[in-house]
Amino acid sequence: MPNHVIILKDSYYDSVLLMRISREVKSLAGIEDAAVVMATPQNKSLLSSAGYSDPEMDKAGPNDLIIVVRSTNIERDKIESAIADLLKADRHIEESEHQPRSLTAALRTASEINLAIISVPGLYAAREARRALERGLHVLLFSDNVSIEDEISLKLQALRRGLLMMGPDCGTAIINGKPLAFANVVRSGSIGIVGASGTGIQEMTCCIHRLGGGISQAIGTGGRDLSDRVGGMMTIQGIEMLSADPTTQVIVVISKPPSPQVAESVLKSLAKASKPAVVHFVGANESSLDRKKNAIVFADSLAGAAEAACRLVGFTAGTEAISSIDPGLVSRLSAQLRPDTKLRGLFCGGTTGQEALALLSREKLEIRSNLQKDKTLRITGTQCVSGHVILDLGDDAFTVGRPHPMIEPVLRNERLHLEMQDSEVGVLLFDCLLGYGSHEDPAGILAEGVRSSRAIARQRSTELVAVASITGTELDPQGYQNQKHKLEDADVIVMENNRQAVLLAAAVLKQCASHH
Amino acid sequence: MNTGARSNLFQNDLVVVNMGLASFGENLRRTGTRVVQVDWRPEARGNPEMLAALDLLRGTDGELLPEITTANTEAVSRLLKARPTITGIGRAIDLIPEMKKNLVLHAGPPVSWERMCGPMRGAVIGGLIYEGLAKNPDEAASLAASGRIAFDPCHHHQSVGPMAGVITASMPVWIVENTTFQNRAYSTLNEGLGKVLRYGAYSDEVIQRLRWMERVLAPVLAEAIALHGPIDLVNLIAQALQMGDEVHNRNRAATSLLIRELAPHLVSTKAGADKVAEVLRFMHTNDHFFLNLSMAACKSALDPTLGIANSTMISTMARNGTDFGIRVSGLGNRWFTASSPKVDGLYLPGFSEADAAPDIGDSVITETAGLGGFAMAAAPAIVQFVGGNVSRALAFTRDMYEITLAENPAYRIPTLDFRGTPTGIELTRVVAEGILPVVNTGIAHREPGIGMVGAGLVRPPMACFEAALQAFSKTFRNVTNPQEKR
Repeated sequence: MPNHVIILKDSYYDSVLLMRISREVKSLAGIEDAAVVMATPQNKSLLSSAGYSDPEMDKAGPNDLIIVVRSTNIERDKIESAIADLLKADRHIEESEHQPRSLTAALRTASEINLAIISVPGLYAAREARRALERGLHVLLFSDNVSIEDEISLKLQALRRGLLMMGPDCGTAIINGKPLAFANVVRSGSIGIVGASGTGIQEMTCCIHRLGGGISQAIGTGGRDLSDRVGGMMTIQGIEMLSADPTTQVIVVISKPPSPQVAESVLKSLAKASKPAVVHFVGANESSLDRKKNAIVFADSLAGAAEAACRLVGFTAGTEAISSIDPGLVSRLSAQLRPDTKLRGLFCGGTTGQEALALLSREKLEIRSNLQKDKTLRITGTQCVSGHVILDLGDDAFTVGRPHPMIEPVLRNERLHLEMQDSEVGVLLFDCLLGYGSHEDPAGILAEGVRSSRAIARQRSTELVAVASITGTELDPQGYQNQKHKLEDADVIVMENNRQAVLLAAAVLKQCASHH
Repeated sequence: MNTGARSNLFQNDLVVVNMGLASFGENLRRTGTRVVQVDWRPEARGNPEMLAALDLLRGTDGELLPEITTANTEAVSRLLKARPTITGIGRAIDLIPEMKKNLVLHAGPPVSWERMCGPMRGAVIGGLIYEGLAKNPDEAASLAASGRIAFDPCHHHQSVGPMAGVITASMPVWIVENTTFQNRAYSTLNEGLGKVLRYGAYSDEVIQRLRWMERVLAPVLAEAIALHGPIDLVNLIAQALQMGDEVHNRNRAATSLLIRELAPHLVSTKAGADKVAEVLRFMHTNDHFFLNLSMAACKSALDPTLGIANSTMISTMARNGTDFGIRVSGLGNRWFTASSPKVDGLYLPGFSEADAAPDIGDSVITETAGLGGFAMAAAPAIVQFVGGNVSRALAFTRDMYEITLAENPAYRIPTLDFRGTPTGIELTRVVAEGILPVVNTGIAHREPGIGMVGAGLVRPPMACFEAALQAFSKTFRNVTNPQEKR
């Protein structure tokens, strides 16, 4: 099949825009496959491994745009003009307002800038972050593909200057009540959060909001902050800043389980903060934690941490242990299902998926997952497997050259339809992430996926139980209630939070199995 | 600052700079947060050699090292302090340093006869005929190729010339003195549009006009100027900018102002009414009459900035139709050249892009001094010439603030709320931000003898700036102690 390779010199576009354009090009009649990418070495090698080659492509540099199209019957100039139209539409918006082209130029126009959000390609990200810190700015570095050496040196630089270096790979923060990157709109209040996980912070802040509490600050640190090499530098810096912040009354720390040494220094710094504290290590083995130490509350879930924090600031309503599941509901649901029914949990958020895996494992269910530590149960790659499965669809294996499913949730529906080919699948478990940055109607898209999956199930005379929770608030642009209705219209059971959704799914599966 | 920044973040309003995904910034704006969106692209187009050169000249905060900043402040303040003034008109051979009968000055960086483009050759041919050194074009061409004629850039002789920029010994030239630094610049008198020497035309009509200019125009104007006394060009250009000129591709207002200034004194000359009428008619029918004065003014303002150690300000941009060349203040007389680019423009009826010579002329000295394309926002009437609308003209000027060191308090632009024109092009910013100077210009026919075929917009080749940056960082590294560099 003929391949067209078109190079546009000196035409920089950001990758998210290009992914959108790639998608639109692919949808043109007669096109089998297409990609529109900047000619970075990584992209070039991706393209050549996808079978595209051209001497012009080898010569192209990172500021040149490569368009490749595989097509039987479309002419090259048609492709060129289609691309030109798509690119033009976007540049038009950019040109309507004068914009500086660099951080240095931006600072010349507005010296009051105090925070930089950086989401440029990883190749350039550390350089921009270093410069921002040097200029005395706090940084939220959304970009990934930043080396751990760069992360360490950036964080050391931030510590020397008393600045926040949130990230790399930091997806969520709330500073002074403002939602940054993928954050939800929540009430302001007195609970301060430091988190090494984006969706973890989202789920926790939304739980707190729905319990009536509010957030003073939510500081993201990036997923590697509590690794041995980074040593929790930004987590500790965040704790110290919250400790000095008069508005913050309770400090919450969330992260994946760190090594004992790093955990030790984090707990030490919490003890020094002399404010009540809640800690949740997502997926940690409970018994490994010294629960009495330093009078810190250890929570067993994101919702649990939110409840504990709300109790500490005096919101008791609804914070009693509500982790019990209505047995009537469980019986009603499991009655529809066959005894060998299997679970598919498809998550857009890494931490909500992680939490699902941890809670289900605690319920003694054997779960195969791309988040599994246990090698025998770990899924690598993107092929479908049988049994109970939890998938983090934001994992690199699923997002190479495609948008994150939080931005493009239809990708989850595509996966769902593949999974539905396994006739044992009968329980579906989802997260649904709202907030700025997320898709404008994730529940609407998910509802479509559930309806068509249910139709597939009914063709083979089986039923489908779909359970979800919504990470969001009524203040989010999508609106919590509106999204909830859309899911309920598709017969999705919407639980109060991710923990409750997981526990309901677990109870249904266990009861099915006991029908045997 | 250290502890301040830390405790202040939670107490102060968030002011965010967003680099990358525009939606992050848009979302924050919807929550009432002030956001500056950066139209981000890889610095220096991702070129590792350029990044290394830039890193050598800047601190980790991205700002130029203090010794460079100090030198640039000096360079641009000399440019802003300039006071170009018309003091008279004289003959090239009497005024221009090292001018000789067999020397032909030309626009742009140095170029041999062999490498000259069509219009430049045409102008040389015309110049030799005008000087009586050759009887016809063939004779002139073989004389030019014989080695008996010397060629040198105007820029090496305190002079500038539009398009081909040819100056020969007998030509009358404007004398423009920068009274602040007491240096002078010279330029020929503008011949008008159509078939003219500067576009490479050398027919009898062209030569006859040049002779008339020497015989009538120059002496009459010289007498009028003597009666008037020195004419302050800063003042005149400042007014013209407020009347819709950018004094490169539009000089209508400035020409009118000059005529108004000189008219009573022209009438008072001893030339007689007929001659004065000829002179006035000639100036009146040539909207670009002022261009050569605008250029000499800019040249006299920029010459004192050349050769300030450690300065990265651009002191010269010029093109000869073969090469585009720049000189950097801190690197003195060295030219950094690359092939002259094609002009993007509108063509006169009967001509097309295929007829166009590459970009040519010293007139880009106006942009170097912060006028011309840099003052495009002042001249909305000519944006159609460059294929744009008024908002595009504003955008051109706004972009130029990103690569310049200062705003000229004397030259203000009404449509930008009287903001001063962007002045003093800074080399590292051009390369780092990937923003090339914007230049308004005329287009010459590529064959000698035909003349002007259009006008439009051009950007210098990035390669000139990259080569200059490379050389600057090398020089800088050699003169500063490497032990001091982190």
